[in-house]
Amino acid sequence: MSKRKLTIAVTGLNNTDNPGPGIPVIRGLRDSEEFEVRIIGLAYENLEPGIYMHDIVDKTYQIPYPSAGTEVLLARLEYINSIEKIDVLIPNFDAELNTFMRSADKLKKMGIRTFLPTLEQYEERHKSVLPEYGEKYDVRVPKSKAIFNASDIYSLNDDFTYPVMVKGKFYDAFIAYNTEQVKMHFNKISSKWGLPVIIQEFVKGVEVNVVALGDGKGNVVGAVPMRKQFITDKGKAWAGITLKDDKMLEQTQKIFSATKWRGGMELELIKTNDGKYYLIEINPRLPAWVYLAVGAGQNLPEALVKLALGEDVKPYENYQVGKLFIRYSYDLICDIAEFEQLSTFGEL
Amino acid sequence: MNINRNIAISDTGFVFDPSSGDSYSLNPVGTEIIQLLKKQKTIEEIQVEIVSKYEVDDVQLEKDIIDFILTLEQYNLIENNE
Amino acid sequence: MEKLIYERPLIKKLVTGMPNKFGMKTVNEPISHIENISVKELLEKYGSPLYVISEKTIRKVFKTAKRAFETRYPKVQFAWSYKTNYLNSVCNVYHQEGSWAEVVSGFEYDKAIGNGVDGNHILFNGPDKSEADLTKAIKNGSYIHIDNFDELYTIVKLVDEIKEKPKLAIRVNMDTGIFPQWDRFGFNYENGEAWKALNQILMNEKLELVGLHCHIGTYIMKTDAYAVAASKLAELAVRIKNKFNKNIKYIDLGGGFASKNTLKGAYLPASDTVPSFDEYAEAISNALLTSELEPQHMPTLILETGRALIDDSAYLLGTVQAIKRLADGRRSMIIDVGVNLLFTAFWYEHTITPAQPFSQYTEDTVIYGPLCMNIDVIRENINFPLLKKGDNFVINRIGAYNMTQWLQFITLRPNIVMIDLEGKVHIVRERETNENITNSERLPMHLQKK
Repeated sequence: MSKRKLTIAVTGLNNTDNPGPGIPVIRGLRDSEEFEVRIIGLAYENLEPGIYMHDIVDKTYQIPYPSAGTEVLLARLEYINSIEKIDVLIPNFDAELNTFMRSADKLKKMGIRTFLPTLEQYEERHKSVLPEYGEKYDVRVPKSKAIFNASDIYSLNDDFTYPVMVKGKFYDAFIAYNTEQVKMHFNKISSKWGLPVIIQEFVKGVEVNVVALGDGKGNVVGAVPMRKQFITDKGKAWAGITLKDDKMLEQTQKIFSATKWRGGMELELIKTNDGKYYLIEINPRLPAWVYLAVGAGQNLPEALVKLALGEDVKPYENYQVGKLFIRYSYDLICDIAEFEQLSTFGEL
Repeated sequence: MNINRNIAISDTGFVFDPSSGDSYSLNPVGTEIIQLLKKQKTIEEIQVEIVSKYEVDDVQLEKDIIDFILTLEQYNLIENNE
Repeated sequence: MEKLIYERPLIKKLVTGMPNKFGMKTVNEPISHIENISVKELLEKYGSPLYVISEKTIRKVFKTAKRAFETRYPKVQFAWSYKTNYLNSVCNVYHQEGSWAEVVSGFEYDKAIGNGVDGNHILFNGPDKSEADLTKAIKNGSYIHIDNFDELYTIVKLVDEIKEKPKLAIRVNMDTGIFPQWDRFGFNYENGEAWKALNQILMNEKLELVGLHCHIGTYIMKTDAYAVAASKLAELAVRIKNKFNKNIKYIDLGGGFASKNTLKGAYLPASDTVPSFDEYAEAISNALLTSELEPQHMPTLILETGRALIDDSAYLLGTVQAIKRLADGRRSMIIDVGVNLLFTAFWYEHTITPAQPFSQYTEDTVIYGPLCMNIDVIRENINFPLLKKGDNFVINRIGAYNMTQWLQFITLRPNIVMIDLEGKVHIVRERETNENITNSERLPMHLQKK
């Protein structure tokens, strides 16, 4: 049987020490038995490694930052689509999701399908409103507070005991042991990601994650739990192992049934020594370690593409426990001419 | 005043300085001026050339060229042998 | 041979991790015309800088907002927020569209009367009401929204003298889950102060309670907050009904809807994040319709939104005065529009668009106003096309607050024109002259030049 040909656009080609999910998502798609994919990379910066990985990404275009607004983004995508005829677009950055969700209808008119959460689903899982989320869906979450003003830092002692986590709206999380450190992180984070900055109770335990995909009707199409085995100084997993943990899967199913989540998701949980799970974050997309799920038997990127195309997908029921991923770095060699090409024309 | 000899300038307006590893991008007028500079043209000759081609007056252009050359100096792209 | 369009020569270092020209383009097309009238011609005829107001846009946005609410709630009344823009020409467009007037001072009150608004179509808000103002408002049958107990006692005292029954509402402040919580205006809901004030009014036969008012904040992007506010006011109305068997006439949810201007420090542009009128209307109507209010006695819903109605309807046009380089190598551009005319530049990242064609090349630029004052910054850091002295630009979305909070500082204020529905241009406020400013000055004899 010959494979179906599809053109798929992917962002998040920053396969650095703080990697975006683009390259792992693409590897999943390239592994597909059903599709033969042409991959269009969409890059924000000119040194995102994926741009130069020609066996992974067929062609890359630069696109404007989300902060430039949907209008300029759509104009750029229209141009790209006129050349490439994109079937499905998979955005992989938190910060760009809002822009793409709002553009979903217009993209559809261009013939570009996406499979994203609804704005409501996206908004209610924000870190700044995690306590409300926990209450609404009966999920245990650490105590947290969104602060808008550096002067609020002094009154944190009333509600929190140090250490606390200081988190940005989209990215970044730091541990702080005193007021001064909170202040430092507050300034750094707010200048980068805006307000509010989230202060979260520090829960001691093991960090465990679930990658999952929802069909938008309350079903979990696939879910794989993982424990980080090695964490970089940026807090990113450098190695991890799939777990057999029914409680985590139950938790995932419960959240998906209640919210009817649509698209990829990463649940970040802390498992305490006495076996309690705290939900600390919900990332509204597939994570950078999604290829572990592919390796363990659940090709979630492929399933996501099928959902985007409006096809029925049979939920994955199994995965291999004890599969490991070990990340490694690799030095690509490329000529300045490639950099020139990209910098001058915005395409490579 | 000379453009550093090793500097590579492409027609697309991409500049690579092999001694520092820095690269730069130019707009069309910038590309044209830097190429004329590389051909050892004087500022007066460059002005005549640009004015004949673009919708600009002498005063505006002179001011812009002086400023542009200052930037090139800041980036160490120009050897000043005065 | 036709000559090519000139832009100043530009060389830009490609910095790792920094976006290049494809990453940062913020505007696509020049704005050469406003409603088919050339920007250049407007500036030649009326001088630079120039405020331009579009009557068409005012009416269009108003109709959109009105439709959003009227399709969801049975009785809706808009009241034009004078402080947002009290040019008579602007106010009268809103009054023609059916808006009442919402005023917050004696000055604004008199302006509304001067615009021919009926006394019983004026809502009088705010803490700035003198006894004379209150007396006038009571006699005209205007709705007085009480801010504090001192004001309530003043009214009680005045009623004994005037012998007319004032129509009163109280302003309520409350926790709606947003930050900051505005608690400086009105009576607090949670601590029972609002209920106490309502009891005092309802037990006094010389006073008439007609409505409940709140205004939860400004530039509110969470529609939920309005739903909370509407529910709390509805709950107060139900308590009034239960205890005093009185149906209040209206619930006034104030304003505070965000416009599509991006606040400083926001990551995403407001055009992508700000709720639409439909979304605000949905939250508010839903909260009222699902409350315990009796369906046959639903109060009128009053809205005082200002910013979201007018912001898109006005433009500030201007001219580049100089391009220069700062000590650190950054580019700066000096324009003839300063914070004296664009007060909102203190909190918005205004969109500035060239009025003539430009290329995709941009440079990191600081945009300064013309004032000889360090605070006069219009944009601190913007990737901007390469303009030159004499080029024109358009700043859009400036209709709210700029024509009221502007400063007569260092220089005079320019013409304001309005483009009417037929495309005719009218001066609606003449540029100031030295005499306008100095006429009210008095020079003591001993300082006069002999």
